[in-house]
Amino acid sequence: MLTPVVDDDGAPFWQYAAQGELRVQACADCGELRFPPRPCCPHCRSFASEWRRMSGRGRVWSYVIPHPPLLPGYAEQAPYNAIVVELVEAPRIRLVGNLVSGPGEPLNSLSPERIRIGARVQVVFTDSDGVSVPRWVLERP
Amino acid sequence: MPGIKDATAVVGIGQTPFAKQLPESEKALACRAILAALDDAGIAPAEVDGLASYTMEETDEVEVAKAVGLGDLTFFSKVGYGGGGSCATVAHLAAAIAAGQATVGVAWRSRKRGSGPRPWKNTASQLPTPAQWTRPFGLLRPADEIAMLARRYMHEYGATRDHLFHVALACRNRANQNPAAIMYERPLTREMYMTSRWISEPLCLYDNCLETDGALACVVVSAERARDCPQRPVYVHSAAQGLPAQHHGMVNYWNDDPLTGPAWTAARHLWKHADFTPDDVDVAQIYDAFTPLIPLSLEGYGFCGRGEGAAFTEGGALEMGGRLPINTGGGGLSEAYVHGFNLINEGVKQLRGTSTAQVPGAATCLVTAGEGVPTSALLLRS
Repeated sequence: MLTPVVDDDGAPFWQYAAQGELRVQACADCGELRFPPRPCCPHCRSFASEWRRMSGRGRVWSYVIPHPPLLPGYAEQAPYNAIVVELVEAPRIRLVGNLVSGPGEPLNSLSPERIRIGARVQVVFTDSDGVSVPRWVLERP
Repeated sequence: MPGIKDATAVVGIGQTPFAKQLPESEKALACRAILAALDDAGIAPAEVDGLASYTMEETDEVEVAKAVGLGDLTFFSKVGYGGGGSCATVAHLAAAIAAGQATVGVAWRSRKRGSGPRPWKNTASQLPTPAQWTRPFGLLRPADEIAMLARRYMHEYGATRDHLFHVALACRNRANQNPAAIMYERPLTREMYMTSRWISEPLCLYDNCLETDGALACVVVSAERARDCPQRPVYVHSAAQGLPAQHHGMVNYWNDDPLTGPAWTAARHLWKHADFTPDDVDVAQIYDAFTPLIPLSLEGYGFCGRGEGAAFTEGGALEMGGRLPINTGGGGLSEAYVHGFNLINEGVKQLRGTSTAQVPGAATCLVTAGEGVPTSALLLRS
């Protein structure tokens, strides 16, 4: 499986994920959230930022079901799902992830028939090759 | 205000055969396409002083110039973002020639995509930003990335797989008229489409472009010089690039409005500097790495309203005799996928009146580059 190659801007996201926290970069001056993280606020041009903790609740914005040919670690689990989640407290902050049947379950653990746009989801954190990555479970399984 | 409107023209086009596998190197294919285009233009290689290609083109200017014996170059340019760069190569040459930085420009693209490596397999080079936010989650290939937008588009606007099939079929039908197309002798049916294997649901095999080896090139000169060339000049009437505010290439999910992509930005500039409107376009070559890019582009370039791109494909609108015949050589879906350069040359053929699927009396053609990435477009006229 691919693990994130982290850059300076993204590092805090993964550090907080390792603590089981979903945090999004925000401008420390004007307060606007931004994703993906970057050095400067596109709204007020401030270079001061902070990482704000999110509730971890969201809705499925869209999803796909990839089939092979795929890289080997993913081909073994295919067909699986990849989703885009919009966060309830910040609908324009959207995260790519996977909908699973529970923490630690594989990418294909939830039947594709159970996935629909608009479904409410909750973040969980899973260890993947030594990196803690956010995954998502249905709020009402 | 001086501009590029009709100041330059495409006077030569060239291409190699297209195939899943060609024995020659990308460099050799590039040279063949460039020499064919110069021959078509009736211009000697030594007169070329401008070059433009894509940043993903691996045969660089030094190699091309040395191999085919170009003259002293005074302008060379490379455009980023993969298939989004296709039309911009011609646009850069047009601007350079209009500004006096060059007199004879050649744009080209050579690619061994059928037998060579696919860029998405190079995981090491693509994982840093923004891939750290997508690829670990199994969103691995361009098809997966565009399928995500397609699913949302279908959800918001009631687009169906039949709409995507209309796109695939129009391209295949044109390829069936084009002996140079890879899919020349391979018709497509609705049943084949609906029962084909998935690549990334909701996209199936036929929603994806071909994997092709091949190369193309074209020659751009001033309108004045074009009058002395043997072929009927095809004028670069308007051109634009488009990189919208807060855009994120291929995975535009973080934009406030992810379904209005770079086409919208390019279109605003393109039409602002044109003497005609979408209603005046006789034929279009719309970048089709994936079928959903067509309805998204139809909306972006103003052929219909927001959310109406799928419905636009109904009733044979994209076929010969329809409201807007598209991709008349077969496009990336059925002629060849050479990063969209075949769409440029096909646009030129339409305006010369030499297409294998000729739109009668075609005098205006829109050509677009990849939607979903920072893009570019050309309005060509005869």
